[in-house]
Amino acid sequence: MPAVSELHEASWQGRLESLLGQGQAAGADLVELFIERTDHLGVLAEQDTITNVSPSFGRGAGIRVFLGHRDGFVSTNDLSDAGLLAALDQALAMLGLQRSAQSLSHFDGLPALRDFATQKRDWLAQIPSLAETTEALLRGTDQLNRHGQHLQSRRGSYGRDWQEVLVAASDGTYAHDIRLHQTLGLNVLAADGEHRASVGRRYGTTDSPDDLRQWDAEAAALDLCQSAGRMLHADYIEAGQFPVVLANRFGGVIFHEACGHLLETTQVERGTTPFADQVEKPIAHAAVTAIDEGLTGGAFGSIAMDDEGMAAQRTVLIENGVLKRFLSDRAGELRTGHARTGSGRRQGHSFAAASRMRNTFIAAGPHSPEELIASIDHGLYCKAMGGGSVGPTGQFNFAVEEGYRIENGQLASPVKGATLIGEAKEVMPRISMCANDLELAAGFCGSVSGSIFVTVGQPHIKVDSITVGGR
Amino acid sequence: METTLDAVALRSRLEALAKRQGIHQWDLGAACSTDTSVQVDRGEAKQLKGAQRRSITLRVWNEAGLVGITSTSDLSDDGLAKALVGAHEASAFGNQAETAAFSPLATAPLAVLDQPLHEQRSILELLDTLKEAERDLIGRHHAIATVPYNGLAQRSSERIYLNSEGACRQQQLTTASLYLYARAEEAGRKPRSSGAVRVAYGAGDLDIAGCIQEAAQRTVAHLNYAPISTGHYTCVFSPEAFLDLIGAFSSLFNARAILDGISLSHKDSIGEQLAVPFLSIHDNGLNPGNIGASAFDGEGTPTARLTLVEGGVLRNFLHSEATARAFGVAPTGHAGLGAKVSVGPDWFEIGPSAGVSGGQQGLNRFAGSGHSAVGERGLVVIDSLSALHAGVKASQGSFSLPFDGWLLRHGEQQSIESATVAGDIRTVLQGIIGFEGQAKITPDGLCPWVWVDNLSITGEA
Repeated sequence: MPAVSELHEASWQGRLESLLGQGQAAGADLVELFIERTDHLGVLAEQDTITNVSPSFGRGAGIRVFLGHRDGFVSTNDLSDAGLLAALDQALAMLGLQRSAQSLSHFDGLPALRDFATQKRDWLAQIPSLAETTEALLRGTDQLNRHGQHLQSRRGSYGRDWQEVLVAASDGTYAHDIRLHQTLGLNVLAADGEHRASVGRRYGTTDSPDDLRQWDAEAAALDLCQSAGRMLHADYIEAGQFPVVLANRFGGVIFHEACGHLLETTQVERGTTPFADQVEKPIAHAAVTAIDEGLTGGAFGSIAMDDEGMAAQRTVLIENGVLKRFLSDRAGELRTGHARTGSGRRQGHSFAAASRMRNTFIAAGPHSPEELIASIDHGLYCKAMGGGSVGPTGQFNFAVEEGYRIENGQLASPVKGATLIGEAKEVMPRISMCANDLELAAGFCGSVSGSIFVTVGQPHIKVDSITVGGR
Repeated sequence: METTLDAVALRSRLEALAKRQGIHQWDLGAACSTDTSVQVDRGEAKQLKGAQRRSITLRVWNEAGLVGITSTSDLSDDGLAKALVGAHEASAFGNQAETAAFSPLATAPLAVLDQPLHEQRSILELLDTLKEAERDLIGRHHAIATVPYNGLAQRSSERIYLNSEGACRQQQLTTASLYLYARAEEAGRKPRSSGAVRVAYGAGDLDIAGCIQEAAQRTVAHLNYAPISTGHYTCVFSPEAFLDLIGAFSSLFNARAILDGISLSHKDSIGEQLAVPFLSIHDNGLNPGNIGASAFDGEGTPTARLTLVEGGVLRNFLHSEATARAFGVAPTGHAGLGAKVSVGPDWFEIGPSAGVSGGQQGLNRFAGSGHSAVGERGLVVIDSLSALHAGVKASQGSFSLPFDGWLLRHGEQQSIESATVAGDIRTVLQGIIGFEGQAKITPDGLCPWVWVDNLSITGEA
């Protein structure tokens, strides 16, 4: 029984206007309401069996009140008038404000709804049925069986997240959207005696109801099985400092972790980015131009509007090594002065929006990937990356899932167990070559406003020197 | 919005809805909570948050005995009816090879936990408390200018397990937590950061002074830093770091992971010598130090102490109802609630095996190079590990993790600028030299400092 769109209905407008007016009359500088409905499906196939089907659905509201540079945020699952009013009262009280019958509202009411969802209302009717979904996943694990060797475990997972949001604020913001994210994952564990290799891939799209039907399970399985086969008997890499070539697609996680997070205004607010006063100054090698945008069709991090009702934008972060912009949300603009960039994002109603990345990538350069490899005598080629993180002082790390030694300008033996570590400020100037094969890859990013859908990306890039953790 | 769950009313509503839909067997887990939290930034409120949450997970068994599940935060009659329909539809895709059942222990007596319920403080009281803590911490050292990550939170929660055979579990809880993560910087040097966490049953019981003291000590202790040379070192894990490492590899003890083929252990691994003969690991959610302990798991099975490793030998696995049935043992109280039920640890107790000799005695990391295992290179103290989600390959046994810590050499302690520690968990467990000091209670478990021989450290020197 899938959800149907209903937050665009006119009955919501009067309820929201009443709340916004009462909040403003109580003395708030700005009141923002985020109403959400969700419908999720998770399916897991293991070996040749569907082992888990997990549907869920929900609803809720997040109410945020600003007074000066401060804000109070309250979330609730109770969407009744009484429930929303209680949440508003709690948010007001956090700032020392209180509703009063005597206070007059100066709120003029909401404008016409900006509806980004007019073409999206029947998406849940268009997506593959549960039966189609399970068949596709079992096709994936079957293809793993056909193409893999020494596979001890074969897994396919599917996640579908439908989200309907309505955003209204006392500054006249009034916007509605429906989002659809689908993700497919394949994972294998190969084992041969004492040798083991676990390898995975994830694919994800947004706003493409038909996506699962287009999935090429055989190509995905083949790619994964080849990786597992190469990594199964790979040596552990020796530790040290090497020049490194990072492959395109998910190699972009290095920029996401090492630099992207430091260009969010949440980091400026905390005083934890080394780039806070570096706008229009060089922070990276001149070979590097980096962009964050929400516009690429079907990309996992694309959004029609952000979670504060602002239309998506394309934001050039770094141009030829020079820092141009920070990613900013409503609170970031208020507290740091950096103009909003349509980057206010949150996992759901229980999180206040924060400045977050969307599709973030290093732009293509002039070189071929082979030129990058050929420029290194002894180094590491990182073909597939695992996850990573960045610490409070800008230290980053990420795991290399599939790596190869580079010897005398050519790819050599496979290696595993590598972790790349460093600091953004030191590594960005060392990205000296960018290839011409930019590609994006889907991922999830966890931070202050929860886990969100993002895209990382880059062409093949060369980092002149980086610390590689190994054995 | 109601802030408690009425188990009797919920059962009555479910029974009526299930009967209407011809569903005879069901169970559910429900939870509700009220949270308030504050963050501050240099004397000002940064963000004040409140949340009311309610959720329910429903499992139903269809006519063929297959299980389906649906979760929702909509606890209205319409929401529950829709959840029942969704779970019934999902049951058509239930796993015939492994069908969940009610836990045979879902009505067994529960341990009585000493968990005092505290009144929630006003959010403005929390704010004042945190502002004062931040001011105190910044005042501890001239290099500490900010506390960029901080928070004081309190929660009042309730959870329920019900099933159609009459099981009824209910638990109320209040908890509070404080974290302070300071940033210190000296002229011409890189910023350094560290912090501390405290949990309690109420905001009034939090050890705020201890948290400030620990955060200040840890942060200041990292100001004098230098890179470390890559190589193999004897390492001393802090209780927190060693618990993190064991937690990341808990699939070693997890019957679900074993059945799924993604554990390093096998069904017949019980009795194998997994570690040095003087190591014991228990899982004990009932330890009084475990603030916020659950009295029962997602299937209603009582929480209980379980020996995982004794004398270095693997003794038991963590189980749900389904995995216990597959292994021919009783559920251990470590289940979630699902069509495929997850299994996970509660709270580890790690230390020496009672009555077993072995392991070096009298270890003291500050005793310089007096220990034979330390050598000329010095001793690496691993204070905290990070990025466990990225750097641990649990099914391979390998890890490569960034850490904060110190090099102790020739009687001097120097913070390590940036480094990773790498190895294999089986090698670590077999390479334990001994324990130092009394076991410390942390939010994740109980553990002393643990000395481990010959681990690979990658540094930037």
